[in-house]
Amino acid sequence: MIKLEDLTTKCNPTWCPGCGNFGIWGAFKNAVVKQGWDNTNSVLVAGIGCHGNFVNFIKLTSFEGLHGRAIPVATGIKLANHKLNVFVFSGDGDCLGEGGNHLLHGARRNHDLTVMIHDNELYSLTTGQTSPASPHGLKTKSTPFGNPDYPISPVTLAIAAGATFVARGYAGDIPRLTELIIKANAHKGFSVIDVLQPCVTFNKDFNHKFFQENTYQLENYDATNKEEAFKKSLEWGLKQIPLGIFYKEEKPSYEESLPQLKEKVLIENSNIRKNLDDLFRKFV
Amino acid sequence: MEQDVFKIKIGGLAGQGIKSSGVMLSKVATRSGYDIYNYLEYQSLIRGGHNCMQISVSKKPVFGPSNRNDFLIALNSETIDLHLKELNPGSSILFDESIKVKPPEGVKLFPISLLKLAAKAGGGEILSNTVALGASIALLGGDLKIFLDLINEEYSTKTPEIAKLNQKAAELGFNFAIEKFAKGIKKIIPKQESAETKMVIEGTEALATGAIAAGVEFAAIYPMSPIAGLLHFLAFYQEKYGYIFKQPEDEISAINMAIGASFAGARSMTATSGGGFSLMTEGYGLAGMTETPLVIIEGMRPGPATGLPTWSGQGDLQFILHAHQGDFPRIVLAAGDIKEAFELTMQAFNLADKYQTPVVLLVDKNICEHNQSFPTFDISSYEINRGKLTKELIPNYQRYKKEDDGISQRTIPGTGNFFITNSYEHDSFGFSTEAENEVKDQMEKRMSKLKTIESDMPIPQLFGPEEADITIVSWGSNKGSILEALKLFNNVNFIHLTGLNPFPSDSVKTKLEKARHIIDIECNYTGQLAGLIREKTGIEIKDLFLKFDGRPIFKEEIVDKINSVLKRS
Repeated sequence: MIKLEDLTTKCNPTWCPGCGNFGIWGAFKNAVVKQGWDNTNSVLVAGIGCHGNFVNFIKLTSFEGLHGRAIPVATGIKLANHKLNVFVFSGDGDCLGEGGNHLLHGARRNHDLTVMIHDNELYSLTTGQTSPASPHGLKTKSTPFGNPDYPISPVTLAIAAGATFVARGYAGDIPRLTELIIKANAHKGFSVIDVLQPCVTFNKDFNHKFFQENTYQLENYDATNKEEAFKKSLEWGLKQIPLGIFYKEEKPSYEESLPQLKEKVLIENSNIRKNLDDLFRKFV
Repeated sequence: MEQDVFKIKIGGLAGQGIKSSGVMLSKVATRSGYDIYNYLEYQSLIRGGHNCMQISVSKKPVFGPSNRNDFLIALNSETIDLHLKELNPGSSILFDESIKVKPPEGVKLFPISLLKLAAKAGGGEILSNTVALGASIALLGGDLKIFLDLINEEYSTKTPEIAKLNQKAAELGFNFAIEKFAKGIKKIIPKQESAETKMVIEGTEALATGAIAAGVEFAAIYPMSPIAGLLHFLAFYQEKYGYIFKQPEDEISAINMAIGASFAGARSMTATSGGGFSLMTEGYGLAGMTETPLVIIEGMRPGPATGLPTWSGQGDLQFILHAHQGDFPRIVLAAGDIKEAFELTMQAFNLADKYQTPVVLLVDKNICEHNQSFPTFDISSYEINRGKLTKELIPNYQRYKKEDDGISQRTIPGTGNFFITNSYEHDSFGFSTEAENEVKDQMEKRMSKLKTIESDMPIPQLFGPEEADITIVSWGSNKGSILEALKLFNNVNFIHLTGLNPFPSDSVKTKLEKARHIIDIECNYTGQLAGLIREKTGIEIKDLFLKFDGRPIFKEEIVDKINSVLKRS
């Protein structure tokens, strides 16, 4: 069984002290140990941003791709070997800005992926510019007089796009985030966790104190009601930020619906030269 | 046959079934023992607009299109207006009797009751092209039974009633022509005694069958002309041959999905045209940096921007050679005809796996959407080579370990091996690094693959005599027209290039140094191959014969060019 220390690599995290990424890292590693995810059954895909360095700090096979493109890479992996647990680590800029289109279509197709959006409402690796999740009016290096744009709600967007498991977690609550990650992975279909993650260096508004004071857990709530889920997803304000599972729907995943994958994983199918006589006959 | 190559053109409105009629007529010819070459022209429209297909028929293989015709099948009056000037003396025009045609000099007219006979067959206007084919086959001395059998094979399993209607229409057309124009019959395609089994295959079909033959497991392709046919073919046969075809949301996703699948162990490909490749550019370098095998098929049409969506071009060579920031090893191949497209696709998969890097196969629209006849392709000598791929557990595994040939052992996720496949510059395990020595090592490791690849690249082909007054150098679909032109000269030779990166500098240099007069032939504005040759060999080719109007270079244009050079010297 995999232990926490087995996950240690030679690299020390390069995130700023107090960065929300530490919480996501901790929660994910806890989930890995609890569930026995290892290099025989799991693979990670990351985009580019502060979150992307994640892959260096955990000894699990991973693909660090391009900014915004983690979901298509993960989709290809899942189709090639659908027995693998495929985790996508992405950021709010990565997943909602540069890669927004991939989020929409990955969700719509219901690939069996677990997508975590490291959501610090900012571009932080490039030293603090506005992101699609930044609040209106926020002063950043690229919006020195206040953000003229309005933020997107990743939760609303994911539900609307057709994701079948949509949740929000908080990087400062490691035990609950661990549980969310486990549940998201257990769900067969496209799972999105929007993880609220303070950027302690560039985003002074959304610090740990803010999230601790203004978030609450969704309780006595029916996550199978899509209409309710939309309503809840739009809730955002002082003392009014819901955390937990907003929406969950049972529906066959893309991979389950492919006849080519009924019996075997794709990569066990071929690599032997096929008899093409039938095909060639068609042209005669 | 009265001529070496007999050229039939069938034209009409988009939606009138020009392409399928052309392929049908081609198969009648090949089943009667002839070879064919088809050239299709159409506009980016679904209905309306002019479509035409030229079918060149010969007892010997035909390699390229011609700008002359001998027999025009006009399904509308516009076809006559547009193509009359292409007709050779003694040509024929077959058309509906309702069209008013002023008899041109030296051209025979065959007015046929296309619409009336179509109505008589019971299917209305939609059958008029079958009536026209039936009549044409009669006038060309062809065998009606071959046509009727073809119709049966085409329709009977899905829609037997449509098969019957078409057979009726074919018979009516055939008999009408026999009865009314018995004296006008030419013996162009009479059935030959020994008719060898030949395929009539389109470029995109050859690319797709090549991929299937190579054991493709995953293909992600966003629709775009001229590779849509490839996508359709792969989509249709995926279940039968056990691979996955996926139409993604855009070309960016296409290449990244294919990279993900390849990383996970699947033989993967994508395909697009120049515009789609613009979006794939970042993924191209990602495959190079992460050393992920990937086959990219790029069907060229004239650019920039939307350009000419349904016409042909060769303007993407320098783009493919240079696209993406920084340096990475890329393998660039270019097919000169449909058979090369098939063979190079199979080879591309092996090269990608062996060298763990992206391989681009360039094909121009003239290859993608044209048909040619070939004996059935033989794949018995092809071996799938996955290179240094292992699923074993390797102690202290290093994904990017430095090796003399530049190629590290590759494994896939799920094997128990830990590794990072990293777009960031990385150390030998894949961890991100910015350390000078590691950065330098990894760049040198990747780039050293180019040297290793050289021995595996297709070598330049020389057609014609070893020594010649004129040496033509070219690439892509120009090959066909050049070979057609070469039939007329014994003092002209031709260097055809299919391996463009790494470039066969020594071989090309040796050949060109011997040349007395070099003509570079290309379908782009700047002479991109000539530029590459100058860069790699120092040889400046001064005589460039360039065409960039979307049309293929015709045999006749090359013949004129050769004659003008010979006259000067």
